[in-house]
Amino acid sequence: MEPLVRLQAIACALPQINIDTDQVLPARFMKEPRVLPAGYATYLFHDLRRAPDGSMRAEFPLNEVKNLGAGIIATRRNFGSGSSREAAVYALVDAGIRCVLAPSHGDIFAANAVNNGLLPARVADEEMEVLLDLLAPGGVRMDLDLEACKVTVGACSFTFTVDAVWRIRLLNGWDEIDMTRRYAGDIAAWCRRDHEVRPWAQLPEGQGHPARSPAGLA
Amino acid sequence: MNDRDAATMSRRTQGHATPRSLFEKLWDSHLIASREDGASLVWVDRHYLQEGAFHAFQKMRAKGETVARPDLTVAIADHYVPTRGRSLPIAKVGPHGELARMMDQLDANTREYGIRHYGMNHPWQGICHVVGPELGMTLPGTLVVEGDSHTSTHGALGAWAFGVGASEVAHVLMTQSLWQKPPKRLRVLVGGRLAHGVTAKDLALTVVARLGADGATGHIIEYAGTAVRALSMEGRMTLCNMSIECGARSGMIAPDATTLDYVRGRPFAPRGGDFDRAADDWLALASDADASFDREVHLDAADVVPTVTWGTTPEDALPVTATVPDPERIVDATKANHARDALDYMGLTPGMRIRDIAIDRVFIGSCTNARIEDLRSAAVVLAGRRAQVPGLVSPGSTLVKTQAEQEGLDRIFIAAGLEWGGSGCSMCVGMNGDILEPGQRCASTTNRNFKGRQGRGSRTHLMSPAMAAAAAVAGHLVDVRDLDRGAA
Repeated sequence: MEPLVRLQAIACALPQINIDTDQVLPARFMKEPRVLPAGYATYLFHDLRRAPDGSMRAEFPLNEVKNLGAGIIATRRNFGSGSSREAAVYALVDAGIRCVLAPSHGDIFAANAVNNGLLPARVADEEMEVLLDLLAPGGVRMDLDLEACKVTVGACSFTFTVDAVWRIRLLNGWDEIDMTRRYAGDIAAWCRRDHEVRPWAQLPEGQGHPARSPAGLA
Repeated sequence: MNDRDAATMSRRTQGHATPRSLFEKLWDSHLIASREDGASLVWVDRHYLQEGAFHAFQKMRAKGETVARPDLTVAIADHYVPTRGRSLPIAKVGPHGELARMMDQLDANTREYGIRHYGMNHPWQGICHVVGPELGMTLPGTLVVEGDSHTSTHGALGAWAFGVGASEVAHVLMTQSLWQKPPKRLRVLVGGRLAHGVTAKDLALTVVARLGADGATGHIIEYAGTAVRALSMEGRMTLCNMSIECGARSGMIAPDATTLDYVRGRPFAPRGGDFDRAADDWLALASDADASFDREVHLDAADVVPTVTWGTTPEDALPVTATVPDPERIVDATKANHARDALDYMGLTPGMRIRDIAIDRVFIGSCTNARIEDLRSAAVVLAGRRAQVPGLVSPGSTLVKTQAEQEGLDRIFIAAGLEWGGSGCSMCVGMNGDILEPGQRCASTTNRNFKGRQGRGSRTHLMSPAMAAAAAVAGHLVDVRDLDRGAA
């Protein structure tokens, strides 16, 4: 995972509440394989960005020429609520977004984001309103400093919050699985103990039906 | 005191002088290790997989890893399974070609790693969140995850259950564990008892409206109180299912006699003396009398009435007797803008009566409301009546389908003019092609009324199965209690 320490990028304002992951990535694209480098970028906000005939909606902020190449999104509360689809994060990351600033994010979205090097940074409601006003003209550049938990637009700085564990992971680009490997001994010891304490927690062979569907009837 | 009792006692009291909540007991019993920075590694007892797991298998292979505990992993095809024509082989080309590819992929991945798999035509196939509890795979006191946000459903049994993304699915595949931070604890206490004609779905929508779509973000919810205790397991699952709609990754209810009666005798549940021993452990999970919570919300069940959504987030829920909000009369500018945008998308006029909203379709199904009790409550309304609009009934599992057919419910639905389909996620998420036309309006027993959720341009109104059935009969949203009185 690529570390994120500092970032200078265009910040695009999406002044809506409750942008759920169905808006970030509509369900019908989820069966597509993610082939990098383009990945899921073209599906990002698909039905918000595009009219039913496929043409780009000029009024959607990310479609404005000034916001081309944006690396940060600033939005209102509850971004990424709803479905656990990590594909929503893939769409953002594949489109070059490294940070979503919002007063709140869906819990599963935020965890998925960190697992893909995308920063879910929280900015208080009132400050977000000021920030959205500053970004309204479009094409506004923002400096992001994850060590200081600070974003700067022109002369204005705003502090954001992010979970301390996540901040360290993002700063270092650590994959969780690499950390977990160091706990293999703890896991094995825990399993042995758990067998005694919760024997009922094992999953036996079920009674009545085979473990798989008949071949060819998947 | 015999040995078993002594062991139980020591497990209950070991090092825990301070009172603990249900969640804290679940946390403690799954804790493998804690890091200095506050992250903790917890053990996963049950890992369900659906067709979307292909990303996770890909990540696992990229790491050169394998599945740590295939015996605790269960794959069930639900998101992409067709609801029609399942007795025939699915054509690999044409409109169902992509569905076949998704299901084949799950079959191949699970075959390679020796994971049990209930595919489209297995008698135990169904929606994971219906099948897990119904087979006795999900047990009280277990930690359950799946790459699906409605995994919160399983919390109804007194399990710690939550949805995860593909990276976490991969992590569980590789290690059978996950890193977690202790969430905040919110207790929703519902006193009194739900009135006749008012269901767990109405309670769930009322809770979401009260808390807001992000009102419980960062929290787990424990539901308690007399009205929750009085719910059947089906009702409890509906309630826990919707926890994620107010932002809580998990919802849970302490195990009690209702839970034990539900679990006993299911295919994977412990038997005989093993069950009794487990039951002791499960009943001990209930929150201690003086356990503390970060927040508490009190509701009176008597205030809960049949509830429907009018907007594009589940928090946009109101009593069916109410009128659609008027954005001009909402003081908060952001909320007013949301209402304006939602009403525009939904094609509704500010101030109109909710009961005057005409519908085009009905959908009865999903992990929220497609268990046997849900189908019965819809069938009671539809018996001897005709639906004014087309609709689809998709049972929550193949076992539910079989049981419903034995009870004759399928004939009631068909006689009313509705379609009786196979089991899967179907029109709740539309991935299998069961979608509305743009602009069509659906009375739906599902969990999300997001823009485009049931197909691009779809308009979804969430409600209980009885309310959806009543809307089918009336051709517009209606108070099921009025239909009972013959006043619709």
